[in-house]
Amino acid sequence: MATLGKIARRTFLVGAAALAGGVAFGAWYVARPYANPLEEGLAEGEATFNPFLKIGSDDTITVIAPRAEMGQGISTTLAAFVAEELDVPLARLTVEHGPTSWAYYNGTMMEESGPFPWYEEGFVAELARDAFATVGKVLGLQATGGSASSRDGFVRMREAGAMARMMLVEAAAGRLDVARGELTTRDGAVVHEASGRSLTYGELALDAAKLSPPSRVTLKERGDWKLLGKPQMRVDMLPKVTGAPIFGVDVWLPEMLFGTVRMNPVFWQRTANVDLSAAQAVPGVVKIVPLQTTYGHGFGVIAQNTWAAFRAADLIEADWGAPAYPADAAAVDAVLTTALDTEQGSVMREDGDVEADFADAPRERLVEAEYAAPFLAHFCMEPMNATALYRDGKLEIWAPNQMPTLVEYLSGAAIGLGSKDVTAHTTFLGGGFGRREVDTTIYAALMAREVEGRPVKVIWSREEDVRHDTYRPAAKGRFRARLDEDGLPVALDMKIAAPSIIGSVMRRTFPSLSPAGPDGTITQGSHDQPYTIASYRVSGVKADLGIPVGFWRSVGNSFNGFFHECFMDEIAEAGGLDPVQLRRNLMGDFPAALAVVDRVAEMSDWASPATDGRAKGFAFTLSFGSWVAEVVEVVETDDGVRIEKVWIAVDVGTALDPGIIEAQLVSGAVFGLSSAMNQEITLKDGRVEQSNLHDFDAMRIHQCPEFEVAILENHHKMGGVGEIGTPPAVAALANAVSRLKGKRFRTLPLSKEVAFA
Amino acid sequence: MRLTVDRKQIEINADPDMPLLWALRDLAGVLGPKFGCGIAACGACTVLIDGQPVRSCVTPVGAVEGDVVTIEGLAEGDTLHPVQQAWLEEQVAQCGYCQAGQIMSAVALLEEIDDPTDADIDNAMGGNLCRCGTYPKIRAAIKKAAALKMARA
Repeated sequence: MATLGKIARRTFLVGAAALAGGVAFGAWYVARPYANPLEEGLAEGEATFNPFLKIGSDDTITVIAPRAEMGQGISTTLAAFVAEELDVPLARLTVEHGPTSWAYYNGTMMEESGPFPWYEEGFVAELARDAFATVGKVLGLQATGGSASSRDGFVRMREAGAMARMMLVEAAAGRLDVARGELTTRDGAVVHEASGRSLTYGELALDAAKLSPPSRVTLKERGDWKLLGKPQMRVDMLPKVTGAPIFGVDVWLPEMLFGTVRMNPVFWQRTANVDLSAAQAVPGVVKIVPLQTTYGHGFGVIAQNTWAAFRAADLIEADWGAPAYPADAAAVDAVLTTALDTEQGSVMREDGDVEADFADAPRERLVEAEYAAPFLAHFCMEPMNATALYRDGKLEIWAPNQMPTLVEYLSGAAIGLGSKDVTAHTTFLGGGFGRREVDTTIYAALMAREVEGRPVKVIWSREEDVRHDTYRPAAKGRFRARLDEDGLPVALDMKIAAPSIIGSVMRRTFPSLSPAGPDGTITQGSHDQPYTIASYRVSGVKADLGIPVGFWRSVGNSFNGFFHECFMDEIAEAGGLDPVQLRRNLMGDFPAALAVVDRVAEMSDWASPATDGRAKGFAFTLSFGSWVAEVVEVVETDDGVRIEKVWIAVDVGTALDPGIIEAQLVSGAVFGLSSAMNQEITLKDGRVEQSNLHDFDAMRIHQCPEFEVAILENHHKMGGVGEIGTPPAVAALANAVSRLKGKRFRTLPLSKEVAFA
Repeated sequence: MRLTVDRKQIEINADPDMPLLWALRDLAGVLGPKFGCGIAACGACTVLIDGQPVRSCVTPVGAVEGDVVTIEGLAEGDTLHPVQQAWLEEQVAQCGYCQAGQIMSAVALLEEIDDPTDADIDNAMGGNLCRCGTYPKIRAAIKKAAALKMARA
């Protein structure tokens, strides 16, 4: 595992070669299975069939759902994959996240890293998907993200269940001395109907696990599914309504100390003239530890309780230095504007000849606009935290995290340990939204080393959490369209400037590697949308702002959905077309898109005339493989604009759990609406100005609209669910408010110009 | 210092200025109430003191007089409180982190008003933030809990 850095380096360099069809690692390297991590630590009477399943002779059936449960319901759906094929009711299973292991790599998450839209299925696009999936496997990247977990587990985990079932049947056939074909399975038992005899899985497990796994399995046809395709009771609901200690902040270990961090509010700067005397004088403070990391510099405070650590952290005095990056909103805007003015950027989509079409465009047929979106914090309900114990040259970590193999590698490396000496445990996450990186565990590891033998639970204050986020990038876009006589766009040119998320993540995690080439996240949601326009160009300009940016629910789609879909509305207005009709005209080649557009128009009664003081807005975004159309209705009230109702039509290809899908669509929309209404992160003197809910609030229950969600399954490929509700919600709200006020709003948050009730 | 928490007497050695939340979590090991903002603005730390909802993150432990009830003390043995039961049936929680606080605020609301209107729910629950956007299900669950509670009474 100490070679991960080397592998990572080779893999990133090799990515391009793999794309060209080269077999970077050799077929053996890619195809070889990882060892089953459950082999270690089996209890007496317990047997494991594969990395996803353990069965005890007491009939305890444990399924490993090795993805971070952050509310998206993934533990339930992954468990249902195994349960479906194993013929066991979901309620009978014990579901665990399980250990950190390369065996739980996520190949699907990387699959869409190539420059191809979801609907492009040509040879080269598919080759790229295979190549990038290989990267995920070879890296052993156990990670949760990219709305990819269900797609990733769909075949692998059903096969795990089916394989175990076949082995249990074979063991039963031997035990009962009957042919396998005479046996059926039901509710966790193998049954011989003819004789009425049956054996539970628990009775068979030890024998069955000794058999060699079948080389081929046949999965159930969809029509035979008992669990999948139907809403299930979530496996994580009971602990969550009883206050069980399931989160990172709830880790409780003997002899545990508590801690917090105070990082330099000026990103990347070291501190000078440090005065710790007041902090050290706080009763209960044990030790104050300097932290110097790739994430930033500052201090860790170790204390007898969290409150003492918080108080002491507040009292640390230092000269925090000056920023070496744009220090306020005007400077950020200037960098983005200069990037748009002076750089060509990477062309991520180019249909027709845009330059020629604009060269002779008559003025009255041109639509032009500039849009801007701010930095955003994630504001997970559970503030950043991690617990670490360093003892005898080994490090143990407990943390709500989205990438445990990297947590082990990077947290170990921070204190000079290889991954083999590090064990990471993944707790439930009190929200993730793309924030849970490795800064928390690196800081905790550095602090734990200073109090060897005693675990330290390090919880950030909310202020620290907001001021040291990996922000959704600020972005700016410049757009122009040429319309024909019917008001339809014949040429569309979009240029977007934003910092590179991939570049920023690499700077924090693998600073020795410099990722070359375009960053698709800059234009994601603009270059990959299912519209047919004769000349259609989308370019992305990397504008390094030096401020840490990262993955924020729906990533680049979060601002490109807003840019693209609001500009589409402007095109409709300029051409005298209804916004929905415009989309219908341009989406004729994409039946899945048309179907959700039509469905949401019907649900929302889009065609009925608007009444005074009310307006509806429409938007569509294809992201993470799912096609989503939303309509937002707003009402003018005495207290300001109120969001009254949201209609959502989504095509996910295959709906594995309609209950969870609906919950995720609503969740994604609320997350997007919160941001569009009134969230922004701004800088002053290079320091983040916001710090808590008084200046970075989110939607409250009295502001929450009613929702109506329709789930369609027309498309032949399965898409993601966790992030897709967010992008169109932002744009549909902006479009609705623009209609309501009779004025186009092109900057977020809308509260800069509009008051919300 | 003695406190009554979830019907049990506990003895802790705390600075009286320490917020009740940290006294419960770090000193007493009562982990149900959650830390979210530290400024009484998110509601994740909500507990009941003599039936009244209180943000424990800003309540000095030395000022606490009365019985403290947390999410951990709601169920009677294996029987969930009607609000918890409704939360389970409506499948409210996503990440679940705010739900201990949401449930405590809802319990207090239903002690006050048997059959709350939407406006009552807005008033009582506005201080409890949920980043997963479970609000429509919270509203439905409170109405279901009201019915369950009346049926049990």
